[in-house]
Amino acid sequence: MRVRRHPILGEAGDSRQRAVQIEVDGDAVDALEGEPIATALLAAGKVVFRYTRKLGEPRGVFCAIGRCTDCMMVVDGVPNVRTCVTPVKAGMRIQTQHGLGELSRASSGGAGHGGD
Amino acid sequence: MRAAGAQGMAETEFAVVGGGPAGLSAALEATRLGVRVLVIDENEQPGGQLFKQIHKFFGSKQHRAGVRGIDIGTKLLAEVEALGVTVWLNSVVWGLFEGPTLGVIRERKNVRVKAPKVLLATGAMENALAFPGWTLPGVMGAGAIQTLVNVHRVLPGKRVLMVGSGNVGLIVSYQLLQAGAEVVGLVEALPTVGGYGVHASKLRRQGVPIWTRRTIKAAVGDGRVEKAITVGLDEKWNEVPGSEEELAVDVICLALGLTPLSELAWMAGCEFEWIPQLGGQVPVHDRDMESTVKGIYVAGDVSGIEEASTAMEEGKLAGIAVAESLGKVSAEEAREKKAAIWAGLAELRGGPFGEGRRQAKEPVQVTAG
Repeated sequence: MRVRRHPILGEAGDSRQRAVQIEVDGDAVDALEGEPIATALLAAGKVVFRYTRKLGEPRGVFCAIGRCTDCMMVVDGVPNVRTCVTPVKAGMRIQTQHGLGELSRASSGGAGHGGD
Repeated sequence: MRAAGAQGMAETEFAVVGGGPAGLSAALEATRLGVRVLVIDENEQPGGQLFKQIHKFFGSKQHRAGVRGIDIGTKLLAEVEALGVTVWLNSVVWGLFEGPTLGVIRERKNVRVKAPKVLLATGAMENALAFPGWTLPGVMGAGAIQTLVNVHRVLPGKRVLMVGSGNVGLIVSYQLLQAGAEVVGLVEALPTVGGYGVHASKLRRQGVPIWTRRTIKAAVGDGRVEKAITVGLDEKWNEVPGSEEELAVDVICLALGLTPLSELAWMAGCEFEWIPQLGGQVPVHDRDMESTVKGIYVAGDVSGIEEASTAMEEGKLAGIAVAESLGKVSAEEAREKKAAIWAGLAELRGGPFGEGRRQAKEPVQVTAG
């Protein structure tokens, strides 16, 4: 849920951030260019970002500053990308990660998301 | 800053790890005194955690009391830009070796940075608490909530239980209300509210209850938090049987204090002291903020958890001390400058809350020599 009005921060509608679309598990989701992927997903109501390897337990955002790695997902074919510190680009393909994830052939060049 | 491109080597006089309030203040102070400085930060933007602090700071006017962290951050960045301080962003310092030499990952390449003086201004990380269900999506840190709500303007849920009533728990609860969420209440295991009365009163005026001697027992939900179960505690911290209460919430926020991010100081072989009031293991340092390893300085939360206002002053101390030891400023001028900062720090560390921190800081600073 996006905060439109705020007593300190004022009205939303920052023109520096362009409205774009990303693809999340095959669905189109509205996002703002440059915001962390994680906030775009939370704004769209998605809270489960990955499932753990052994027990298949759900995980979402925990620290939101890139330390805990709970929010890792597959971004443009690259697994283990920390979505809380990776900025949205138009047309990004985001997938819920299961276990450790696998590097797909198509993306083996490394998309430079800094998710390591 | 001299970069030798392909070899992945760089040299500078003063390498600052972390571009938050402490690191930037140190960089500015040292740059003004003629030191070549390189600031390295792993984030997209410098400023550390200042941009999530949308409340007004305490302290005296000289320490920018009554100013919001977000505005302090903006001002620091403008000064950094005006002075042309070199800042490497998206750059992770992964190691600190003899030399001192830093191992840095920058643009997917490994770069070694050699500098006679290094400041660790790496900040802190949030403490967590393990309880049944604590890994469910919806359980998150108070700092996480501040980042999501105050920086990116996204609420992770509608109804929140806050765990912890220190200043962070109180302030973040109020910030959640400001953003339009409902805070069902705060649980505090201690018999009294941890933070400032003024923050607690603001919440009480909004009708938000603070339950003392009560804690979180479990988070329950199918794939995400749907309920929180809280439980009362007796004088011996045991659960009071039958005192469980169930709350319908979709977010459980943990505001349980911070721990210094001191990996690099450990790696460098700095001596540590265990000081619970300052967040646990704290690198021993002298009044110049120099650690027990010559040339390695610490400032801000990594040198003991306090506030952004004290972090900035500590950063300045380190910046001046570095300039002095590099011969950029006379001992007399440095002494004067440092004395003024220490007077300000004494003021910041006054009062019922600051006094404890001042006393806690003493053993760390006395031990260093």
